[in-house]
Amino acid sequence: MANFSDRLKETFKNLSPAKVGEWIQESQIYRSIFRIGVPDSDRKRMLVMLGSVFLHLHPVKVRKSGIRMRYTWCMGGITFFLFLVLTFTGLLLMFYYRPTLEYAYVDIRDLREQVPLGIMREIHRWGAHAMVIAVWLHMYRVFMTGSYKPPREFNWNVGVILLVLTLLLSFTGYLLPWDQLAIWAITVGSNMARATPFAGHEGPGAALLKLGDIPLVSNSSDARFALLGGRFVGEGALLRFYVLHCVGLPLVAGFLMAIHFWRIRRDGGISGPL
Amino acid sequence: MFIKEFINAITAPYFLITAAGILLFVSLKYPGKFYTNRSALIVFSGMFLFLGLSVIDPNFRKIVTKPDNVPIVGMLFLIPFFTWFALREAVRNDQRTAEGKPLIEQEETADKVLTWPDLVYTELICMVVLTVILIGWSMTLEAPLEEPANPSASPNPSKAPWYFLGLQEMLVYFDPWLAGVVFPGLIIVGLMAIPYIDTNPKGNGYFTLKERKWEISTFLFGFLILWILLVILGTFLRGPNWNFFGPYEFWDIHKLEALVNVNLSEYIWVKALGMGLPKNPLIREFFGFVAVLTYLLAMPPLLARTLLKRFYNTLGPVRFHLMTFLLLAMMALPIKMVLRWLFNLKYIIGIPEYFFNI
Repeated sequence: MANFSDRLKETFKNLSPAKVGEWIQESQIYRSIFRIGVPDSDRKRMLVMLGSVFLHLHPVKVRKSGIRMRYTWCMGGITFFLFLVLTFTGLLLMFYYRPTLEYAYVDIRDLREQVPLGIMREIHRWGAHAMVIAVWLHMYRVFMTGSYKPPREFNWNVGVILLVLTLLLSFTGYLLPWDQLAIWAITVGSNMARATPFAGHEGPGAALLKLGDIPLVSNSSDARFALLGGRFVGEGALLRFYVLHCVGLPLVAGFLMAIHFWRIRRDGGISGPL
Repeated sequence: MFIKEFINAITAPYFLITAAGILLFVSLKYPGKFYTNRSALIVFSGMFLFLGLSVIDPNFRKIVTKPDNVPIVGMLFLIPFFTWFALREAVRNDQRTAEGKPLIEQEETADKVLTWPDLVYTELICMVVLTVILIGWSMTLEAPLEEPANPSASPNPSKAPWYFLGLQEMLVYFDPWLAGVVFPGLIIVGLMAIPYIDTNPKGNGYFTLKERKWEISTFLFGFLILWILLVILGTFLRGPNWNFFGPYEFWDIHKLEALVNVNLSEYIWVKALGMGLPKNPLIREFFGFVAVLTYLLAMPPLLARTLLKRFYNTLGPVRFHLMTFLLLAMMALPIKMVLRWLFNLKYIIGIPEYFFNI
């Protein structure tokens, strides 16, 4: 018995963080997850880029000028990171939030007062504002470096659509707290759709579209009605915005992001002087 | 007191927008003088000083510290900072080109480095810093939550989300079908058209001003003046009834602004010709139609022969007409603004019967 405790003492005496690290890295579990191990040689640094589904978004080697912060401002990366943060915090918020007139507001209030670590909504909201600004700055940088020029014309276009989607995501999310700030901001914003030429009941030309005496475009059949699912910002609008905000728009945005990132690689990587 | 009155006066939209526009173009004319380290130091310390002293004022503090306005205060610094930064790089690059030296970016273009660790670590640091900022921000500032929604009590002012306030500000000058539908649509189309209109092969992949002066000036005017500045104006300087309030002014709900705006048709038929307004709206708005159609249809060929001749020659007719159409659409806003400020012009064409007002 004394023998065993001596051996145990011996083992603990020789124990150092480096030893433990080594032991973990040699274990079968670790090797099965991280095949390359610590990238301590150039060969391993290349292999690690190819072997990981996340890292393989990047090429193995990049132009030094292209990755300078003074050149990229890191704004595209920040936008993507914020999108991931918003997806994660948004998912947590969905556990607590019910998109109905009865519960929406109290659920949001409870997020602050009842839920432990109740800053998820804050991170979500401030992250969303930051993402809008980051997208603008990303576009600003891409314009100022002329990076939309051939061969990147199409990717600029994908980017413009992603910019619009970012604004729409933020706009649809703005309604969900169902407080005075929310419904009136959405009312003001969606009132514009009323004036769509030919498709809004207060838009130019809409009065011309009628069958006999029956107007085709009325306040319950126009663009605004389609957007809100009703004649005013109510139950229908809340559900519509919720579904678009949590499912519809993120799906489309994710799809376009895949194209956006893929095309960066296909079009020759981060832009730089020829 | 006097200084506050003065600042309240010079932030009036007509002065603010005009001054900012002039400042932008003068600075682009002499970029070497404006986009230097010294000017940045002066401008940004001035801004910090302005903000630091102004928060003492209760009216100013009330608007600026509204939780949803905090990101816009941040933008107030971020956008000028990156504008200065991009143009300083451009000025440096242009100097290098003039001296026959390689561009800043070119010095390192040939070097290829391994993505791990060079890029991956930068990204990691960015993520960590951003996470810390976000968590700090979220712990110090609560997300806004007002009273429960009440469809029968509309607040005054009712404002759209802050990134759409440029469009809401446009409503002062144009009807919703233009400000809320047609112009936003044209902004998207215009942005998407940029790479197909701009055939200038230079300035691809590096900062420069000299080689792309026209493109950059046009874009900056649209982005900085007609978008960002209007967002800021709409957020901080528009109060109840969308009236203008200086930064130190109390948002008085009873502030009255005289409605003195006059349509073009009244100017011509009533004031110039001394007759009454014709009954038929098409005759009544005849001069308005002439003005708008001249602007949209006669201007492009005219510009092709005069001011923009070199573009017509290099771009060809299709690209040229697309560009001038988008350009004229963009310039419609500042033109209408000036007409409003100078002549109190309400509508150029006003047919409220069909919601067709320009």
